[in-house]
Amino acid sequence: MSAAIHIQSISKSFGSLKALDQVSFTVNQGEFFALLGPNGAGKTTLISILAGLTRADSGHIQVMGHDVVSDYRHARRAIGVVPQELVFDPFFTVRETLVFQSGYFGLKHNDAWVDELLENLGLTSKANVNMRSLSGGMKRRVLVAQALVHKPPVIVLDEPTAGVDVELRQSLWEFIQRLNREGHTIVLTTHYLEEAETLCNRIAMMKQGRILALDDKTHFLNKTGKRELHLRLDSAELPEQLRSRCKSQDKDTFHFTLDNLGELEDIMSLVRMAGRQIKDISLPEASLEDAFVRLMQESQS
Amino acid sequence: MTGFYTLFYKEVLRFWKVSLQTILAPVITALLYLTIFGHAIGSHVKVYNSVPYNGFLVPGLVMMAMLQNAFSNTSSSLIQSKITGNLVFILLPPLSHFEFFMAYVLAAVVRGLVVGAGVFVVAIWFVPVSLPHPLWSILFGLLGSIMLGILGLIAGIWAEKFDQLAGFQNFIIMPLTFLAGVFYSIHSLPEVWQQFSHLNPFFYMIDGFRYGFIGASDVPVWQSLAVVSGCTFVLTVIALQLIKTGYKLRH
Repeated sequence: MSAAIHIQSISKSFGSLKALDQVSFTVNQGEFFALLGPNGAGKTTLISILAGLTRADSGHIQVMGHDVVSDYRHARRAIGVVPQELVFDPFFTVRETLVFQSGYFGLKHNDAWVDELLENLGLTSKANVNMRSLSGGMKRRVLVAQALVHKPPVIVLDEPTAGVDVELRQSLWEFIQRLNREGHTIVLTTHYLEEAETLCNRIAMMKQGRILALDDKTHFLNKTGKRELHLRLDSAELPEQLRSRCKSQDKDTFHFTLDNLGELEDIMSLVRMAGRQIKDISLPEASLEDAFVRLMQESQS
Repeated sequence: MTGFYTLFYKEVLRFWKVSLQTILAPVITALLYLTIFGHAIGSHVKVYNSVPYNGFLVPGLVMMAMLQNAFSNTSSSLIQSKITGNLVFILLPPLSHFEFFMAYVLAAVVRGLVVGAGVFVVAIWFVPVSLPHPLWSILFGLLGSIMLGILGLIAGIWAEKFDQLAGFQNFIIMPLTFLAGVFYSIHSLPEVWQQFSHLNPFFYMIDGFRYGFIGASDVPVWQSLAVVSGCTFVLTVIALQLIKTGYKLRH
């Protein structure tokens, strides 16, 4: 089985700016993959090359085994891209837009699927409305529908939820997750780290045209190692032995940073030995945001 | 084929939806030219011996309208799509450079022919016109629309801003059209300017088209056909190459 996306040492410069520098990685079929990174990291350039909108200076990309330049017809049929910019053609209605997009992919009788897309994206009532008069969120939905008219096995979403209301974000992700369950490979770039955290299996982090890290989400989170511990005791006084380890205090709640979960055991036994009672305890899961911020800072130093 | 046909249909629908501006307006403009030039200077200008000026002017105006609108269709569609960004919807699908080219150019030809027919129909209300060699006129009308459709495609691909496109139109298309003998026979010009006119491919288009109407031309009609076909061929090769390499379309 060929990889959904196979990227081999892609480089691209715009003048003196090196947008991508020897980027290589593979996305397997059926994955929900996130591409994270600050603005200017090269995510959109990489997606543009993947979609054939931009030509790489060197390197190759294959989509479902088809080279995006030499075998562009098969490659483009296999991929659906939701562009980051909110673009639309003001001459046409929502349905016309989708029927035309189907036609460009060689699909003549696509009405059933177009109807299903409209339904799933909450666009049915807007089907015959001109694109011009849609709200930003609605236009975004049409962009998603346009990327899906040809049922591509690989779906790429470039910051699909930027500036989109909560309701749409949720219904959009439900729909995308359903497509993923049905076997579509999803690649996502986003600024909302919690989205990547809840949705994706694997994550690549980019900065200044390079891949800084690429791993399973769980590995990413475990690598951060350190965990926060919030402990509420029966009074605002901390046992003597714990004072050196405590980071800060809010009334009767004490905050600790653990290098590993083994330290939890020590702290608990010290509390017990001091004869104190625990009123509440919380140990928030390591967040992708922490991992992200740390990686970005490490790469700076 | 479906991809090509869809893009072609989309391009036709695009101008059809704003036909007030894309069809009716150029017909009215041509009619104004006919009124002003026909009445104001018609009696002072001598063209071919037996041809009344209005009968000479009408085919010129029909052809000019076709050329300008064919150019306008491809160029304005492309520049609008580029500037608003919706060209990605054409660039993302698996359309070949040939399908892209054919769809845009044929839609421009349809617009050119519709406007040309409109000007013709309105003009013959006011001016008696004969059409002894209709096939020649149809052939030159088609070739001229194709050539200007391709020029519009090239200009639309090349231009990054509206003012660059306007420059192309004002400094290349307009002078070449107006100096091509729409309003006069180049035989009325001084020798030097006649020579210059022979370097203008638009001159051959109009001369050949007019031959169908008045049965007379400044240069032999076969020569015009050869020049126009040659230019169209060269522009086709250039345009196909631009689209294939993604010049200014795929960075």
